[in-house]
Amino acid sequence: MPSFHLSVNGRPYTIEADPQTSLLTALREHLDLTGTKYGCGEGQCGACTVLIDGQAQRSCITRASAVAQKQITTIEGLAIGDKLHPLQEAFLKEGAMQCAYCTSGMIMSGVALLNGNNHPSRSEIIDFMDGNICRCGTYSRIIQAIQSAGKQIADSGKVGTQ
Amino acid sequence: MSETRPVNLPWEPERYELASAPAYYFDLDRREFFKFLGAGVLVVSVLKNASWPQESGRTKAPRGDSLPQEINAWLHLGENGQVMVYTGKVEVGQNVRTSLSQAVAEELHFPMEKILLVMGDTQLTPFDMGTFGSRTTPTMNLQLRKVASTARDLLIDLAAAQWQTDRQHLVAADGKVSDPRSNRSAEYAALVKGKELTQSIPAEDPLEPAASWTTLGQSAPKVDGRDFVTGKHRYPSDQKLPETWYGKVLRPPSFGATPVSVDLKGAEQMGAVAVHDGNFVGVAASSSALASAAIAAIHVDWKTEPQPSSQELFEYLRKNPAQGKDPTGDGDRFELGNVDQAFASAAHRLRQTYTVAYIAHVPLEPRAALAKWEGDQLTVWTGTQRPFGVRGELAEAFRMPEDRVRVLMPDTGSAYGGKHTGETAIEAARLARAAKRPVKLTWTREEEFTWAYFRPAGVIDVISGARADGTITSWEFHNYNSGSAGIRTFYEVPNQRILFHPAHSPLRQGSYRALAATANHFARESHMDELAHSLKMDPLDFRLKNLKNERLRGVFEAGADKFGWGKRSTAAGHGFGMGGGYEKLGNIATFVEVNVDRKSGNVEIVRVLSAFECGAIVNPDNLRNQIEGSNVQGLGGALFEAIQFENGKILNGKMSRYRVPRFSDLPVIETALLDRKDLPSAGAGECPMVGLAPAIANAIFDASGIRLRSLPLVPNGLKTT
Repeated sequence: MPSFHLSVNGRPYTIEADPQTSLLTALREHLDLTGTKYGCGEGQCGACTVLIDGQAQRSCITRASAVAQKQITTIEGLAIGDKLHPLQEAFLKEGAMQCAYCTSGMIMSGVALLNGNNHPSRSEIIDFMDGNICRCGTYSRIIQAIQSAGKQIADSGKVGTQ
Repeated sequence: MSETRPVNLPWEPERYELASAPAYYFDLDRREFFKFLGAGVLVVSVLKNASWPQESGRTKAPRGDSLPQEINAWLHLGENGQVMVYTGKVEVGQNVRTSLSQAVAEELHFPMEKILLVMGDTQLTPFDMGTFGSRTTPTMNLQLRKVASTARDLLIDLAAAQWQTDRQHLVAADGKVSDPRSNRSAEYAALVKGKELTQSIPAEDPLEPAASWTTLGQSAPKVDGRDFVTGKHRYPSDQKLPETWYGKVLRPPSFGATPVSVDLKGAEQMGAVAVHDGNFVGVAASSSALASAAIAAIHVDWKTEPQPSSQELFEYLRKNPAQGKDPTGDGDRFELGNVDQAFASAAHRLRQTYTVAYIAHVPLEPRAALAKWEGDQLTVWTGTQRPFGVRGELAEAFRMPEDRVRVLMPDTGSAYGGKHTGETAIEAARLARAAKRPVKLTWTREEEFTWAYFRPAGVIDVISGARADGTITSWEFHNYNSGSAGIRTFYEVPNQRILFHPAHSPLRQGSYRALAATANHFARESHMDELAHSLKMDPLDFRLKNLKNERLRGVFEAGADKFGWGKRSTAAGHGFGMGGGYEKLGNIATFVEVNVDRKSGNVEIVRVLSAFECGAIVNPDNLRNQIEGSNVQGLGGALFEAIQFENGKILNGKMSRYRVPRFSDLPVIETALLDRKDLPSAGAGECPMVGLAPAIANAIFDASGIRLRSLPLVPNGLKTT
């Protein structure tokens, strides 16, 4: 069986699978990191979003072997110990979810946005997040959560997670 | 469909998803419960000879004279202070795990965070028909309040006996019973220590009135919220057991196609377990990649049948009546007065036809199941709104009694009425039996779009007559296929003829959030707007002139006030509209502002205001969340969602080809909540959706003078020619 290496949430892994395997399948099936979700398989819904070297990327259309040299962050790697990322806290505070199946992808996309911009405007958020679908329709709450987390990050002078 | 089902039940099963209630129930007896849960107090309901089937709570089919007593265990308070609550309702994002926990906390006088709900587990929870029809709040919330109140009374009795005092001096609060006169107090856990007590729910037990609620009526945050923002929660598609294999089904090339010959050798040579059983062809393999490859290696010759296409849909529905009745909603036929005579003598007459396309639920989590056999016992974890119904489907599919099947429903990634059935449960179980190990099966998005079911398409004819002063005198309404939920008019009309005409549906169709009420409200409220304009009356004045229902008047008036109806300044291209109604015990009035760019045909929904009243509000923030969500999801069906199909194939069954509402579609959404603490609480997941589509159509007419009568309204923008 062929194998490849991945660095996920700061830990190295060796995965025995076809290098053509999607990153989503490698995470979910081989590493049992199921916080990253399947939604459409064609990069259209954002449920599978992870950070690759800090940038939001759709793991369902990313070959796992193509990111072998990169730092991958999933929803499971966002909190530091028990301390949630400000955007995770903001999702709880704003009640920015219903079934919450989109939440992992929303948070990962939102973190990528906040990494480059602590003060995104409503239209900047809409532009950046338009590839993430919430079928329950909690978009306005997600916008509020991103803005409130950005403010919190700016106020605490911290930079976002990679 | 069961022949023994009574026709007029208090609950509203959704059309097309009815299945008979399980024929057998094999309960844990009380001793087994305590063995399982430990010592403590158990609140049960004992049902003798109850009418069958009922929505929730366990009963037996009536057969023979002497029915044994049946026991449902609803709540267990253990000596460790843990409260376990059992309900067959399920969580799909409507946040009932939270609102039901609030109900128990309120009546038990116990901290919400120490209450754990076991939901939708056919082995542990009382029978439940399913989570649909916005029934959880009006029925289960009330039931669990009674259960918790019973437990609290018993705890006070225990303390009174222990302290040899009169119970009326004792107070139960915050998980303790105390006696203010003697300063004695005891935790609930201490009171039940070493005891194994069962208590039945009394027929009458006064509940806390809404005006004095402290936990209900508050915006409690989502229970287990932290598990959802950290990715820890395991949805059905995240379930896994040791040695689990991955299942995949070979799909026919079109609807109605059947396999003539099947050659499994290619799949078996790859190390997959392949199954051909009747019309089912599928594989299980050690990885999902291998399962996909094995499916591709199976050779099948198919026999296909010609199938209808979307272009001919509405004519097809008119011309292909189905026998049988719609068991839901308001019935098949309603007649009042003499509609023909009234129409003939009306000063103003209007006849219009409205249509509604098939749409897909697109739950972000596709159907998924994990199945495991242990000997002849089957356990399935799956995302379904009807765990007991799916248990029945499995028992039937495998020709086995239901007591050997257990279905568990982990909190699921949404459903919207789309997960009533157990396809993946049956598929995973069939493959697990062949593979002799657990098998997980998750549908792809394309499978979800093609092999699930759709919200029914429909054609609606409305024929009305009114006097010159704006009084409606005759109302005739014919709905072909989409269903009868919300078909009756709530306006006062002395002469009415309202009919639902079931049709043969070219596509598999079923329940959907608000179901036919969306189509029926779209037709009715669009037609009301058309009538108002033909009478040269303000649409709000026209509605109120013909409306007596105080609760409905309340939402129209409150919504108009907050929206600023009649006081609005009209910028070029902007228009305003309203739509509302009564559905699933809730009252909605929706007001919309649109901006129509006549050049590009682009229609922007600028602002939506929903005035909503569903009795005493259980959780205001979650209520707002549900209303906002109904409006966002409703934009899709109103503006651009439609399933296109041709000769047995879905043409747009992918996320990239089927447009659902996104961030950039988001209007400003406002809510006006009317809290009627004097009225019982009703559900809110469905009703707020029904006002949106007609309000948009009416606003587009106001903005452009163009009347649109088909949902979706503007799939390709507004055509001005």
